[in-house]
Amino acid sequence: MAESQQLWLIPALPLLGFLINSTVGRKMSKQFVSFIAIASVVASFLWVAKTLNALGALDQPHVEHYFTWIASGTFSVGFDFSVDRLTSIMLLVVTGIGSLIHIYATGYMAHEGGYYRFFAYLNLFMFFMLILVLAANFLLLFVGWEGVGLCSYLLIGFYFLEKSAGDAGKKAFIVNRVGDFGFSLAMFLVFINFGSLDFGTVFGKAATLQPEHSAGMITAICLLLLVGAAGKSAQIPLYVWLPDAMAGPTPVSALIHAATMVTAGVYMVCRSSSLFNNAPLAMETVAIVGTATAFFAATMGLAQNDIKKVFAYSTVSQLGYMFLGAGVGAYSAGIFHVVTHAFFKALLFLGAGSVIMACHHEQDMRWYGGLRKKIPVTFGTLCCAWVAIAGIPPFSGYHSKDAILLAAYEHARPLFWIGALTAAMTAFYVSRAMFLTFFGEYRGPNPHPDHGHGGHDDHAHGDDHAAHGHDAHAHKDHGHGHQEIKESPAVMTIPLVILALLSLGGGFFNIPDWLEPVLGSSHAEHDPTAVAVLYATFIVGIGLAYVMYVLSPSLPDKLASSFKGLHTLIYNKYFVDEVYDVTIVHPITEGSRYFLWKGVDAGLIDGAVNGAGSVSRWLGGTLRHLQGGNIRSYATWVAAGAVFVVLAMSVWGGVR
Amino acid sequence: MIGLLLLVPLAGMLISIFLPARLSKYWAAAVSAATALLSVQLLRTGATAERMPWIPSLGVDYHVAADGISLLMLVLTTVMTLLAILASFESVKDRVKEFYALLLLLESAMLGVFVAQDFVLFFVFFEFSLVPMYFLIGLWGGERRLYAAIKFFLYTLSGSVFLLLGIIALYLKSGARTFDAATLLAAPLDPVTAQWVFWAFFLAFAIKVPMFPLHTWLPDAHTEAPTAGSVILAGVMLKMGTYGFLRFSLPLLPQAGHAREIVTVLGVLSIIAILYGALVSLMQKDWKRLVAYSSVSHLGFCTLGLFSLNASGISGSVLQQVNHGISTGLLFLIVGIVYERRHTRVIADFGGLAHAMPNMSVIFAIAMLSSAGLPLLNGFVGEFAILNGAYQANALWAYWSVPGVVLGAAYLLWLYQRTMLGPAQEVNARLQDLTVREWLTVLPLVAWAISIGVYPKPYFDLIAPGVKAALEALHRS
Repeated sequence: MAESQQLWLIPALPLLGFLINSTVGRKMSKQFVSFIAIASVVASFLWVAKTLNALGALDQPHVEHYFTWIASGTFSVGFDFSVDRLTSIMLLVVTGIGSLIHIYATGYMAHEGGYYRFFAYLNLFMFFMLILVLAANFLLLFVGWEGVGLCSYLLIGFYFLEKSAGDAGKKAFIVNRVGDFGFSLAMFLVFINFGSLDFGTVFGKAATLQPEHSAGMITAICLLLLVGAAGKSAQIPLYVWLPDAMAGPTPVSALIHAATMVTAGVYMVCRSSSLFNNAPLAMETVAIVGTATAFFAATMGLAQNDIKKVFAYSTVSQLGYMFLGAGVGAYSAGIFHVVTHAFFKALLFLGAGSVIMACHHEQDMRWYGGLRKKIPVTFGTLCCAWVAIAGIPPFSGYHSKDAILLAAYEHARPLFWIGALTAAMTAFYVSRAMFLTFFGEYRGPNPHPDHGHGGHDDHAHGDDHAAHGHDAHAHKDHGHGHQEIKESPAVMTIPLVILALLSLGGGFFNIPDWLEPVLGSSHAEHDPTAVAVLYATFIVGIGLAYVMYVLSPSLPDKLASSFKGLHTLIYNKYFVDEVYDVTIVHPITEGSRYFLWKGVDAGLIDGAVNGAGSVSRWLGGTLRHLQGGNIRSYATWVAAGAVFVVLAMSVWGGVR
Repeated sequence: MIGLLLLVPLAGMLISIFLPARLSKYWAAAVSAATALLSVQLLRTGATAERMPWIPSLGVDYHVAADGISLLMLVLTTVMTLLAILASFESVKDRVKEFYALLLLLESAMLGVFVAQDFVLFFVFFEFSLVPMYFLIGLWGGERRLYAAIKFFLYTLSGSVFLLLGIIALYLKSGARTFDAATLLAAPLDPVTAQWVFWAFFLAFAIKVPMFPLHTWLPDAHTEAPTAGSVILAGVMLKMGTYGFLRFSLPLLPQAGHAREIVTVLGVLSIIAILYGALVSLMQKDWKRLVAYSSVSHLGFCTLGLFSLNASGISGSVLQQVNHGISTGLLFLIVGIVYERRHTRVIADFGGLAHAMPNMSVIFAIAMLSSAGLPLLNGFVGEFAILNGAYQANALWAYWSVPGVVLGAAYLLWLYQRTMLGPAQEVNARLQDLTVREWLTVLPLVAWAISIGVYPKPYFDLIAPGVKAALEALHRS
């Protein structure tokens, strides 16, 4: 056993930050709160760096046992942390990106109320996320899993004066709970079959199982785990919460709903790769779910006008790629994409935040345009994210996405073609967002005394409220007077620049090779056809967007009106939310109200109780004496009851 | 020591009759604090059994003892009583002396239930807890207090009749001239009698828990009771039912005919309670009624764990009984705190309380999350152990009850959203946040919730011997 690395410090530092800011933060200055929040996360990052440096090549997982958490009968779970090569990657991403986003957020949130509360939640999130990746058993992973869900709930609902923010937070939590249904059951099944929830024990035993005896059980476990992963990582059919989650402040979208938490499902599947490898059916399901999600989310991203919604659907779609990677056995490619996606998607969101701030909390891209000269740093850094996500070599997204798609080309040809089509759509919608935002003429309101949302005609559609809501209240004083569009301050642009460099060069971190001992090889043949197709995807995607949004800006509207049905369908996200409402939510609420409560409870059962009518009234009359304090009558009752019982028994029961 | 524990509140009650009314609350708080300290001391040192003849001609003994499970229940009782008394300081204005005297009497009775080893003694305590609660609801309750009190009384009294019937049958049929519970439960019985006695006990305890479909007294009683009454009802009295199941019903199972079918029925009833309670909770318009129905769901988990008949399920159930006391106690305390300010419990009258009462909203959030079973808070540990046990007993049970966890999050988060979030209405905008006294009532429970959630092992260790004994009795045949 190697010497202790005090791994507990990694999550404990952000926890300390949370405790300080949540207790005394309200009374302290913003500088103090920012310092505590940033310092705790950066210190955690440094401890990760020191630890990984000390642990070196990590040929064996480094495990630290702290205390036995639950022990009952044969069931025993420890509070154990473990670091292997997979964990090391996740630790660096979580604390590294986390640090950058904390720094950025001090600029973005500078004028918001509830500053201390925001950073307390953010630190708490880091705590749980680090527990999640450090956990050495399923149950502790689940602790982090639920904890990040809680923080996501709190932060989505951060602008809690808005009903839409509260709704979105609640939806996220409950949909995730549906996923947890699967996760919990998977854990019970694991425990029954392996007698432990410890990763080392379970995966060790899984490797020695006879497939013919265990296939059904392992498949069931993996499918249940997939249900959990689909909740957390927003896969079909549980993805519906993530787009609404954009009601939270933009740094939250970047950290939780793009770079870290939503990849927990992918992490969990990869972590359990030795189970999935024994369950081909489950792996196929993972691949199909991932591909379908990637494809449908991308189509939904095509027609969104809210810049954060575009990136939200993009996130769902990219998460789909990661599942596709895991599903075709290219786990390390999936994790590779987790990393590069963390770079470029965090950058896209933070850049979008910078744009949104510059445009006074306007999120509708139709009111942007021509911003590239006004906010050049934001523009420049977003371009780096653009080339990364579009899959242009040699930038980061190209490496990881192509690793996934080439693996799919080898294992499941149809999935490759859908994935490639999705890649073209990805290049298209990101280019569309870039062109609408930074090119052409500025379409936003000119300096005008009452810049408000009432002025825009068709712009307050249902779900747009979620994202817009808060500026109506939280920023009442914005939008009056100072209308000039300014670049964001350095605390925001420096993180953007660092992320831009990572987005450009992140593909050269050789993550698949580093992960090979843990997750197996995901090296795929560079088939010339496949590579050519992938080159074509970004050329077509970007080219088409250029034609539609730069060369001939009237084209999109014409297309929308000539394919009206399709456009309506996509614009309204296939009406999935509405379908869920009608088929699940309404039956539950109305059934509970009218059938269970008013019918069964008040009608049937209480009816029977009250309907013991005369008896009841008679007893009631007698019992009312009790109010006067006549306890003797009560005693008489008990005694009389006892006598009655004994008599009854001797008559019917044949006592003795 | 156990006798002393039972005597302190009783003596305190008697003395309080002679004290001036303005001192009642301080006296009651002091007495219940002393009782709480005593119970904690018992928990640390362990308790020795006490036994002496009471009615020798019938073989009735004063016989009390406490294993880990009982000790835990004792501490739960004393803590809940103390907090209930503290919570009543401002809200109870009339008949003050009677109010606190009844609470102390109730405490003695409840403590007795958890230590009695003699059936007659148990029955006396079980019944005596009923009377003070009846008065608490009927005299200090809300608008429909009379209806609620009588319903509560009738329901529980009918249960008691069956309990008495069962005890007498057991006494007569066994031929042992004693009411000693262990002796009677171990005595050989024919399967038919055992089954009848089982069902008689079942009715008594199922009403107390309450299990579906015998639960409809609970929403009325909880809703109409004063805060102290709701806290004690939810925190302690419902557990008298589950405790009874564990101690007196389970040992009868091996001898009863059709034991397997019986257990299946009870498991299914538990699952119905879990889902049904949660669904009905979802649609409540009254804040307190919502919490009341949530108890039906949570107690469903407790009974499900018991009837899993394995170590994980039973120990999870015992722990969850404590957890439910903590989290639901907290929820009722919060409702009471808000009610004292606004004199309404209608959810629609609220909204935006997080703005006016930020500290209260944080405590409420912790209570909600503890109730919803968030890891690192108490509820999760018990729920997980129960479901793990249920899965071992019958995988389908787990599949059917886990959705209750999802629904639990739904009704609680929705309640939180409607009461705490959103813009504050004018009437709610300037409510006072928690006072020092209110902090004192909620903080112990918050600390307890976190400590169980982070480090539950000592509790499992404490519960284990009792669970082991119960399982041995089950497998003896």
